[in-house]
Amino acid sequence: MNNKRLLQDKTLLAGIVTGAMLAVSGSALADYPSNPINVIVSYSAGGATDFQARIATSKSETYFGEPMVIVNRPGAGGQVGWNYLVQNSRDEGYDIAAYNVPHFIAQSLMYDTHYDIDNLEPIANWGVDPAVLIVGRDSPFDTIDDLVEYARENPGRVTVSGAGLFVGHHIATVQLENEAGIELKYLPTDGGVDALRFVQGGQVMAGFNNLSDAYRSQDRVKILGIADLERDEEFLPDVPTFKEAGYDIDDSSVNYRGLMTRSGVSEERLKILSEGAVEMFNDEEVQAQLKAGGSPMRVMGREELKEMWQERQAYLEELFASLDPEELEELAEED
Amino acid sequence: MELFQYLPEVLSGWNLVILIVGTVVGLLLGATPGLSPTMAVALLIPFTFQMDTSSGLILLGVIYTATVAGGAVTAILVNIPGSPANIATMLDGHPMAKSGRATEALHYCFISSGIGGVIGVLVLIFFTPLLADFALGFGPSELFWIAILGITVIGSLGGTTVLKGLLAGAVGIWISLIGFNPVAGTERFMFTDHLQGGVTIIPALIGLFAIPQVFQMVEDARRGRGGKTFGMEHRPLWASIVYNLSRVRALGIGSVVGVLVGLIPGAGGQIAGLIAYDQNKKFSRNPEAYGKGEPDGVIASETSNSSMVGASLVPMLSLGIPGSPTAAVLLGGLLIQGLFPGPDLFTQHASVAWTFMGALLVSQVLMMVFGLYISRFSRYVIQIPKQHMAAAVAILAVFGTYSVQNSTSDVIIMMTMGCAMYFAMRFGFGPGPVVLGIILGPIAETNLLQGQMLGQAMDGTFQYFFTGGVNLLLIFLCVLSIGYSVAAEFKVRARQRRQSTGRTVEVES
Repeated sequence: MNNKRLLQDKTLLAGIVTGAMLAVSGSALADYPSNPINVIVSYSAGGATDFQARIATSKSETYFGEPMVIVNRPGAGGQVGWNYLVQNSRDEGYDIAAYNVPHFIAQSLMYDTHYDIDNLEPIANWGVDPAVLIVGRDSPFDTIDDLVEYARENPGRVTVSGAGLFVGHHIATVQLENEAGIELKYLPTDGGVDALRFVQGGQVMAGFNNLSDAYRSQDRVKILGIADLERDEEFLPDVPTFKEAGYDIDDSSVNYRGLMTRSGVSEERLKILSEGAVEMFNDEEVQAQLKAGGSPMRVMGREELKEMWQERQAYLEELFASLDPEELEELAEED
Repeated sequence: MELFQYLPEVLSGWNLVILIVGTVVGLLLGATPGLSPTMAVALLIPFTFQMDTSSGLILLGVIYTATVAGGAVTAILVNIPGSPANIATMLDGHPMAKSGRATEALHYCFISSGIGGVIGVLVLIFFTPLLADFALGFGPSELFWIAILGITVIGSLGGTTVLKGLLAGAVGIWISLIGFNPVAGTERFMFTDHLQGGVTIIPALIGLFAIPQVFQMVEDARRGRGGKTFGMEHRPLWASIVYNLSRVRALGIGSVVGVLVGLIPGAGGQIAGLIAYDQNKKFSRNPEAYGKGEPDGVIASETSNSSMVGASLVPMLSLGIPGSPTAAVLLGGLLIQGLFPGPDLFTQHASVAWTFMGALLVSQVLMMVFGLYISRFSRYVIQIPKQHMAAAVAILAVFGTYSVQNSTSDVIIMMTMGCAMYFAMRFGFGPGPVVLGIILGPIAETNLLQGQMLGQAMDGTFQYFFTGGVNLLLIFLCVLSIGYSVAAEFKVRARQRRQSTGRTVEVES
């Protein structure tokens, strides 16, 4: 008897809770989302993107009433996961992915990928991670100028590590080469952590890396410059931007992280996703955890993102066009 | 010592419950083919978000520890390794079980795991700052040679001859090339979209080991041999402990190899067990006994893969660079709990760091105790009729494969490889070398390509790979290892020839 009563109570309670959740989500389309949402992360678990995506989506039950489940689909520098999103996932709004701009846009320009900015829809952005130029603790270089001067005298002998081909780090390297008129040897690695290890261990002379990762390992690396429009007052107030150091390098290599989905998802659902995600990323706890991890935040909605994607695409087309076509081919094939 | 300050918290009330439940669950998860330690930790990380810091850290530590050891149970009893780390355990553990020494094998497995695990954690606690620099010294050239050294292990991995082992290893390396090139992103050997993501280790492991075993069980059941093939003997625990402790060489080689492999980021902690097994066999006075149920094989392999656990956290906690795939996943969970790797780990984040290490240490001991306890129940596992067992393993194989990346392609890959392996085994090829090729192929390739690029910018590729103390030492070890395998093969052949005089000499290559 007692048990039955308890059961009824529980059902009632569950009903109230569900009702409350629906009310919180505050949307007319109470039927979406009604299932957990899969978030494809195109990198292996433990990397910066994965780690941040897990924190950023951790409050999704509060804001969507459904959990967001991280599914790692690593491979080919992110291509596997993003191809999967546009090829194999359905357009009902339950399959979304974490993106890295400029990386995925650059890939869609340089490789034969199934995705490009036209068949993907931005949802919301949570973080910005500018590329910083780092050298080992014992390196003779103390400023960007030191490194550039050395590279002028020894063309092609300065090795620079980064998280892979055509990621922000690579773009920053190309920008520095163009701007300073030097030749660097870019070494793509399996990810930011590996690239950082190469700098720490002295296997390469310098590296471009994520501000967040470099910030955490300042005891072993010197941070020479930041490839952004302004200094990072919060984490690295003493590190100059490239512009301040006399190199006209803008924020094109800044790594934006956020959520996107494939095109075909209805506008209504996109709106629910985008608005919910913006609120979720603005959640105090989420912000605090991400900041504690050393990743600067910048929350952006759909409209702002669409514009940003377009801008990046235009800039990258120009940048790659300025490269020697032979050199490009070499980059895409030889490595 | 600060550790003792935090140990009471680890062992208090709720945390103790987490430790015990975590150990048991971890052992069971580890014993499930397909649920590798990496998977288990990744699955549990979201749960730790809701816990307070120390409980979360304890859960992560204990699961990591217990899953690595749990994989040995199925390796010994069913001949299917729970994770790549347990392949070497299987080589002698299962023959031991078949000859009626299953309890003994399980005893050695958990005692050695406990000893190795404690050594690994002690290394982590006392030598972290010292060893961090050592770990950083390994660049592309050194990692390339380590991968090559790993490949030379193939000679002692079962299969009927060294040549067949090498052939199977080459096939494994070829399989690892399928998909996108890791450095340049170009497509290779991709005939269907199913192969887009390449062949990853878990589908391969399950396919190569579990599926042929399923077929074998079905076959046995149809021929009326469906009952149990071996029993669990009664063996006093103290006898196992005494013998286990007397095997100083196996324990020593196991822990040294485990610690070294764990320390080096990018070497892939999964091969620790195999290298320790191989080294121990080569130092052994009767290498012929290996693969037929030699306790030292189990001891060396389990000591090694458990001591790898603590050591793989050294570069992670001090530099933020994980030493094994599981450590990489763990890193995310630790960051969220406020454990930021770096030099101020023991000063600014002391409470978190020490709680975590305390939990690791305690969980090593608990894992040993509960492992030994659970092994008493293993008799029920082997009493399951073959046809039921085959069905259960098949279901777990599909489930485990699918769950890694929610990918049907992986299931297809797993089944295909499994069927191919079943027939290949009829011709004397073993699954071990293939898996080793799949694990080591990408390590060797990526580092070769990166080393080549670095070499071009420096004094040339040849100088880059063939100069420097560590490189030369590793090359020397490779030559030694190959030389030994060749010599051993000739010895065996010479003996065969002597035995077969009078008969027609079989041409066996």
